[in-house]
Amino acid sequence: MPRPALNWLARPASDTQITHRGRLWLYFLAGAVIVFLVIPTLIVIPMSFSASQYLEFPPREWSSRWYDNYFNSREWMNATWVSVRAALLTVLVVTPIATMAAYGLAVSRVKAARWLFLLLITPMMVPVILVAIGVFFAYTHLRLNNTMLGLVLAHSALALPMSLIVIAAGLKSYDMNQELVARSLGAPRLLAFLVITLPQIRFSVITGALLAFIVSFDEVIVALFISGRDMSTITRSMFLALRDQIDPTIAAISTVMIIITSAALVIAQVFGKSKEPGEE
Amino acid sequence: MTALHAAELRRDEAREKWMLFGLAAPAAALVVAVIIVPVGWLFWLSLFNDAGELSADNYARMLASKSYTRIFTTTFKVSLLTTALCVLLGYPLAYFLAQLPRRWAALGMMAVLLPFWTSLLVRTYAWLVVLQRKGLINQWGMELGLWDAPLRLAHNLNGTLIGMAHIMLPFLVLPLYAAMKAIDADYIRAAANLGAAPASAFRHVFFPLSLPGLFAGVTIVFVLCLGFFVTPAVLGGGKVIMVSMKIETLVDLFFNFGTASALGVVLLALTLLVLFAAHKLLRLDKVLGGGA
Repeated sequence: MPRPALNWLARPASDTQITHRGRLWLYFLAGAVIVFLVIPTLIVIPMSFSASQYLEFPPREWSSRWYDNYFNSREWMNATWVSVRAALLTVLVVTPIATMAAYGLAVSRVKAARWLFLLLITPMMVPVILVAIGVFFAYTHLRLNNTMLGLVLAHSALALPMSLIVIAAGLKSYDMNQELVARSLGAPRLLAFLVITLPQIRFSVITGALLAFIVSFDEVIVALFISGRDMSTITRSMFLALRDQIDPTIAAISTVMIIITSAALVIAQVFGKSKEPGEE
Repeated sequence: MTALHAAELRRDEAREKWMLFGLAAPAAALVVAVIIVPVGWLFWLSLFNDAGELSADNYARMLASKSYTRIFTTTFKVSLLTTALCVLLGYPLAYFLAQLPRRWAALGMMAVLLPFWTSLLVRTYAWLVVLQRKGLINQWGMELGLWDAPLRLAHNLNGTLIGMAHIMLPFLVLPLYAAMKAIDADYIRAAANLGAAPASAFRHVFFPLSLPGLFAGVTIVFVLCLGFFVTPAVLGGGKVIMVSMKIETLVDLFFNFGTASALGVVLLALTLLVLFAAHKLLRLDKVLGGGA
């Protein structure tokens, strides 16, 4: 009689009826890729508590001096605040207009819808550097450089395609007949959308909003050109700091950013997953 | 039904269609104002030489100079290699995650999303720490006696590729995972039930069904790579010069919008060419879930 572990190896692992033994390589490869994905982020966290100014891992002495540096720096705090505000405003701009566009394009059977979709995803196709110098040049004439409005507009355009694609994909796998049923029973289209469709594509919409947040929060190149001095985003300040010298304060800042964004991710998971149809 | 009614109904339907179409108007306005008009403006600028006359000088210079050709070759080479690396690493991972029980898959997705949520700059910085001459890999490798002289992992193409693949991987895994989750497991069960060997069921049933997600991911990764700036700037050590880095230098140091714009326009044209080819070959509009 085989031992339980060997038994597990011989059992079918997927619907293709392949055994676990037959694809142990897949588990090792996937595990290695997960390590590859996670390691750099995880190295940054202990490094932020290092007492040394030089790169050491694991650190020989521990301290919170880089955190003191960060929280006591008006420049860094200001940059953090600018980034958070810009990212939240970008989410507020992008999520509704991307949802509206995805819904409109999915329901409308106008021929031009395909072309409009292509237009809406151009920000993803145009190299960011070209957008950056274009926006910089245009903003110089409109006096929008160094303004929150300018930053949010640029980030919203950059974030739109990803959100749109995710929400459109969600709508595609959604059976629009459900909304038709509601409407045939007398619900206005907006009500039918809000009550029937939106809850079911909620996960896509929330993912779209998260992506918009990430795109804005992580954006460097456009900010490098259009936001300066007191409107500098945190990534811009970090890039300039990295260019000059490697300052472990960046490790401390990134640790704080990881904590904030992980919290946001957990919140989104809770919102997106609870009460999903077909689940207990 | 009378002809009058039919016409009325048709008009109603058309009105509704256009109203729904109008829902995309705010998004379209944003894209036109922030992307189309400024980039069009740059295109216009690129057509004038330093003396302010209409000319193709900016483009002629690009063809004449070997250094510009080299920059474009480097850009394409780096983008292709990064995309290939992402497929090699990302497909098995997405396949693995798509078959895990929901709770474990969510945990695995956290691993994919954790770097996604970490600033690109921090990850680039972290890779510098790991890969450089006195970095972690060289420290550990030499302590263990695996190699004697430090490996050249950073400040060159190797470092650029590792860093870029790390940054691009989530962009490939996310759409691919979504596409794999959407595949009806009954198809694979049917294949197995009808006697297909595991490898055959995968190759003939699962893999083709996962292709739309894979193409979506590959397209996103490749196009994002073409315009990459931060990672090659830091991890390339000046040896890997991508088009976007040249453009930044031209504007930042020399305020030369004409030449920078011309470079940008050519980069855009090449990008669109790639996308058009992908569209023709792979029916990209269906992949990306376009309307109509």
